[in-house]
Amino acid sequence: MHEKRIGKVSKVSGNMVSVQTDSVVIQNEVAYVRHADEALKAEVIRVRGNVAETQVFENTAGLAINDAVEFTGELLSVSLGPGLLGQVFDGLQNPLPELAQAHGFFLKRGAYMNSLTEDAQWEFMPLAKPQDKVRAGDKLGSVPEKIFTHHIMVPFGLAGIWEVVFVAPAGKYTMKQPIARLRNRAGGEQDVFLKQEWPVKIPIKAYAEKLKPQQPLVTRIRLIDSLFPVALGGTYCIPGPFGAGKTVLQQLTSRHAEVDVVVIAACGERAGEVVETLKTFPRLIDPRTQRPLSDRTVIICNTSSMPVAARESSVYTAVTIAEYYRQMGLNVLLLADSTSRWAQAMREMSGRLEEIPGEEAFPAYLESRIASFYERAGCVRLNDGRIASVTIGGTVSPAGGNFEEPVTQATLKVVGAFHGLSRERSDARRYPAIDPLISWSKYPGVIPAEQREKGHAILRKSHEVAQMMKVIGEEGTALADYIDYLKGEFFDFVYLQQNAFDAVDEACPAGRQKYVFAFICGIIETEFSFEDKSQALHFFQQLRQLFKGWNSCPFDSEEFRKTETEISLLLGQKRKAKEKSHA
Amino acid sequence: MHKVYSNIIQIAGDVITVEADGVGYNEIAQITTGRGVSLAQVIKLDGERVSLQVFAGSKGVSTGDKVRFLGHPMRVATGDDLMGRIFNGSGLPLDKGPVLTENLADIAGPPVNPIKRVIPNKMVRTGIPMIDVFNSLVVSQKLPIFSIAGEPYNELLARIAIQAEVDVIILGGMGLKYDDYLFFRDTLEENGALARSIFFIHTAADPTVECLLVPDIALAVAEDFALKGKNVLVLLSDMTNFADALKEIAITMEQVPSNRGYPGDLYSQLAARYEKAVDFDTAGSITILAATTMPGDDVTHPVPDNTGYITEGQFYLKNKVIEPFGSLSRLKQQVNGTTRSDHRAIMDTTIQLFASYRETLEKQAMGFQMSAWDTKLLKYGKMFEKELMSLEVNIPLERALDTGWQILAECFEPEETGIKKALVEQYWPK
Repeated sequence: MHEKRIGKVSKVSGNMVSVQTDSVVIQNEVAYVRHADEALKAEVIRVRGNVAETQVFENTAGLAINDAVEFTGELLSVSLGPGLLGQVFDGLQNPLPELAQAHGFFLKRGAYMNSLTEDAQWEFMPLAKPQDKVRAGDKLGSVPEKIFTHHIMVPFGLAGIWEVVFVAPAGKYTMKQPIARLRNRAGGEQDVFLKQEWPVKIPIKAYAEKLKPQQPLVTRIRLIDSLFPVALGGTYCIPGPFGAGKTVLQQLTSRHAEVDVVVIAACGERAGEVVETLKTFPRLIDPRTQRPLSDRTVIICNTSSMPVAARESSVYTAVTIAEYYRQMGLNVLLLADSTSRWAQAMREMSGRLEEIPGEEAFPAYLESRIASFYERAGCVRLNDGRIASVTIGGTVSPAGGNFEEPVTQATLKVVGAFHGLSRERSDARRYPAIDPLISWSKYPGVIPAEQREKGHAILRKSHEVAQMMKVIGEEGTALADYIDYLKGEFFDFVYLQQNAFDAVDEACPAGRQKYVFAFICGIIETEFSFEDKSQALHFFQQLRQLFKGWNSCPFDSEEFRKTETEISLLLGQKRKAKEKSHA
Repeated sequence: MHKVYSNIIQIAGDVITVEADGVGYNEIAQITTGRGVSLAQVIKLDGERVSLQVFAGSKGVSTGDKVRFLGHPMRVATGDDLMGRIFNGSGLPLDKGPVLTENLADIAGPPVNPIKRVIPNKMVRTGIPMIDVFNSLVVSQKLPIFSIAGEPYNELLARIAIQAEVDVIILGGMGLKYDDYLFFRDTLEENGALARSIFFIHTAADPTVECLLVPDIALAVAEDFALKGKNVLVLLSDMTNFADALKEIAITMEQVPSNRGYPGDLYSQLAARYEKAVDFDTAGSITILAATTMPGDDVTHPVPDNTGYITEGQFYLKNKVIEPFGSLSRLKQQVNGTTRSDHRAIMDTTIQLFASYRETLEKQAMGFQMSAWDTKLLKYGKMFEKELMSLEVNIPLERALDTGWQILAECFEPEETGIKKALVEQYWPK
C-alpha cells in the first residue's frame, strides 16, 4: 500500500493535467505534480486506461510533458481539531495569515502549511474511561476553544464498537501526542489525537438520525424571519443580479444570525469583501457572547483570482468544518458566496475533459452535485441525544440576472427557502432587495402562519393596484384600492425594508418582530375613513415617518413606548367606527 | 541555446500546433515567418503536440517556419525607465525610444494574499460631481464604465487620469482606434501628465489576438510600481475587445462555448485581471478603471454581466452623462462619511428628488396633469442636469456640495427636502 506510485505528465490544458501511469490509481485521490522544486496539489477526477486526468489546484504555468506526478492514496481531506475558530483558510485549508508571514504579499504556488498549529498546547480534560465502549463521534475528552468546549471525538471513520484502552490524564497536549487508544473486537488498536483528518467530499454521518428542520433560525432580518424564514438545519438560496445586495445580505446574516458557529465560504468572489469581513470581525463584539465575532467564525476564502479548481474544494472544506462543529452539539450556519462560481469551475473542468455539455455548457452532473452539497445540511440527533444542525445558505449569481439559468434552477429544486433578489427593488433602493412577490419558504417562522398570510396578501393586492395605476393613472383608481396600495407600500417601507446603517434597525430580534408584525397586521385589517386620496397619502406618509423613528428605538425602551402611543393616537383619528355586532 | 522546431503540423485560426518536447505550459516562443518575428504563447500541451496562440496572427505562417521556445513565461520590463514611453501590445516600443530589457517581471503573477490587503479608505478626487458626490471613486477600486459605442468613455477616462492625484498612469489600449490613441497621448501631454504615464497600445488595426497580452503587461508593470509604494491608476479600454479575443481563441481551440460564444471561463479570465486592483498593506496601490462597451446597450450581455459581478460597481455612461441610476460605487460608503458632514445627505436627497423628477417627466409625457409639486420638480431636474450632471462641469467636491444646496434652495422649501434640521441650519443658503 505504501509503495510510491508515480506517473508522468502527458497533457496540460489549463488546470487539467493528464498523467500517464502504469500503477493503480484511485478516483479522487490527491496527487502532486513535481516541477523543478515545486509540488503542486492535484486531484484525480477521471481515469481512462492508463491515463489519470487530474485537476490541479494551482496555476499550471511552466509544467512540461514528462514532469513526475506522485500519487498519495489519500482523498482530499481537511484537518479537524481545536484551533479552527477565528481562522482564515484558503480553499485547501492553508491558513492565510501564516502564508502571509512566510511568503509576503503573494500566494506562492505550491506553498502548503499545516491547517492547525502542530505544537500549540491545549488543556485536555478526559471524559471517557478505560473499558468504555465507544462509537465514531463519541466524546473522549474536551479542550477549551474560544467560546466553546471543544470535544475530542472518536474518529468519524472508525466502524463499529471500540473499547477505550487508555485515556490521557488532564493536562496540556499538542496535536502530535495521542490522547487515547482504542481497540476493536478484532484486536486492532488505534491512537486518537486532538485532530483528525476527514475527506471533504464525504459527509460526516456519526449521528443517530436526521430530523426534519422545525426550529426557525433567526437572522434578525425581518423580511427573512417574518415572511421567508429559514430553519435550523434547513437550506436556502439567494439568487440575484449583480449589485442587488447578495453579499451585503450574507454579511449581515453572518453578523446577526442566532447560531453558535458561522462558516463563511467566499467562493470565487471579490477579495475586497473577504478583507472587510476578516478585518472587521475581530473588532465587532457579538452581543450574545460578549466576545469578538471572529471567535465564532471560520472563513474559507478562495477569491475570484485564486486558482479555479480550489473553488470546488473551498465549498467542500467549508461544509466539512461545519459538520465537524455540528458533531459537538452546536448549531452551525454555512454561508456560501457564490455557488455559481463553483458551478462555473465545474463547467471549466468539464470543458477541458471534453465531456458532452448540458445546458449553457454546464456538465450533466451539475444538478446532482448541487443537490448532494445542499443535502449535507440538516438537523440531527447525535448519539448522545443532543440536537445539532448545519444550515446552508448559498448565493447564486445568475447570468444576466435571469433565474431561468441552470444553476438557479438546479438549486431551487433542492432548497427549502428561496430569497430572490430583484433589480427593480435594488434600483429603488429598497433593501434588503428580496422580492416578496417571487420568494418562498417551506419552513415555519417566528410569525403565526395566519398573520404571515395577511402580510403576503396585502403585498400582492398592493402590487396589483400599482400595476393598474400605471395604466389608468391615480385618478381612475377607486379609493378603497388606493388605500390597499398604500397599506402594502407602508408595510414594505416600515417593515420589510431595514436600514443596515442604523444601529438598532440593522438587527431585529424575534420578539420585536412578533410584536411589531402583530401591530402592523392590525393596521392592515383596519378600515380607514378618508375624504380623498391625498388625505390618505398624507396619513400614510405621517404613519411611515413615525414608524421609521419607531424602528430606531431600542425595543421596549421609553422612547419605544412613547412612539407607539403617538402611532396609536394617529391611527385612532382615521379609524372607521366599528359596528358593534362584529366585535 | 534555445531549441528551434520547424515542424508545424497544424494552423487553424491564430493557433498553430508544432511538435516539440521539453516545453513548459504558458511558455513564450518566437516564430520567424516571412513577414517578421512574432511572439506566441503555449496554450495546450498534448504529448509532443504543442499548441500556441500567435499574437501577430497566423496570416502568412508557413508549415516550415521556425518556432523558438524561450523557456520562460511572458515577461515585461518594469521600473522608472518606462515613464513617458509608448509600447505596443507585446511591450515593444512604438515611440522612438530604445527596447527595454531591464528589471523583467513575469506577467500574470500570483494572486495577492487577502491578508495583505487593507480596507480601501482613500477617495480619488476627479472633479466630476456625478462621481465625487454620488459615486465616489476609491483608491484600489476596480470600476468599469459601461457604455455603448460612440459615448465619450475615452474622454472620461482621460479626464479622470489627469485629475486624479496618482504617481503613475498606465493606459492599456485594446482595439483602440488610432484617433483615440492620439487623443489620449495629446490630452495627457497638454496637461503635463505624459511624463508620469506609460502606454501599452493595441490598435484596431493590429491582429486581434495581440490585445490579449495588454491587460497582463499593464498590470504587471503597475504591480511593480505599487510594490515600490507608488499609487498607480490603470486605464483599460476596451475590455469588450479583450473578451472578444478570448472568444476567438476559445472557438479555435474547439472549446464548448457557454453563452453567446464566449468561453466558460470568461468570468475567471476577467477576474484574474480586475482582481489585480489592490491597496497593499505597507506598500502602494493599483486602481483600475476600464471601459466596457455593451453591444446593443444590453447590460445582460456576457461581457458587462460578468464584469459587473467582478468589479466594485460601475459607471453607466448614457447620452453623454453618467447616469445616476445604474451607476454604483460599492466602496463609496468607505469614504463619503468623512468628507463633509452634508455629503451623504446631499447625495441621498438630491438623487431621490431627481428620481421624482424622472417620474414627473414620464407623467408629463403621458399627458397627465402637472401639479405645483411637479412644476417644482421640473425646474429642479433641469438645474440638476445642467449644474451637476453634465460632464462639462469640473468642480471640486466641496463646491459640488454647495451647488447642490443652492439648487435645492432655489427650487424647494427646506421641509420639502426631508433633510435633517441640523444640516439645514448649517448649510441652507440664506
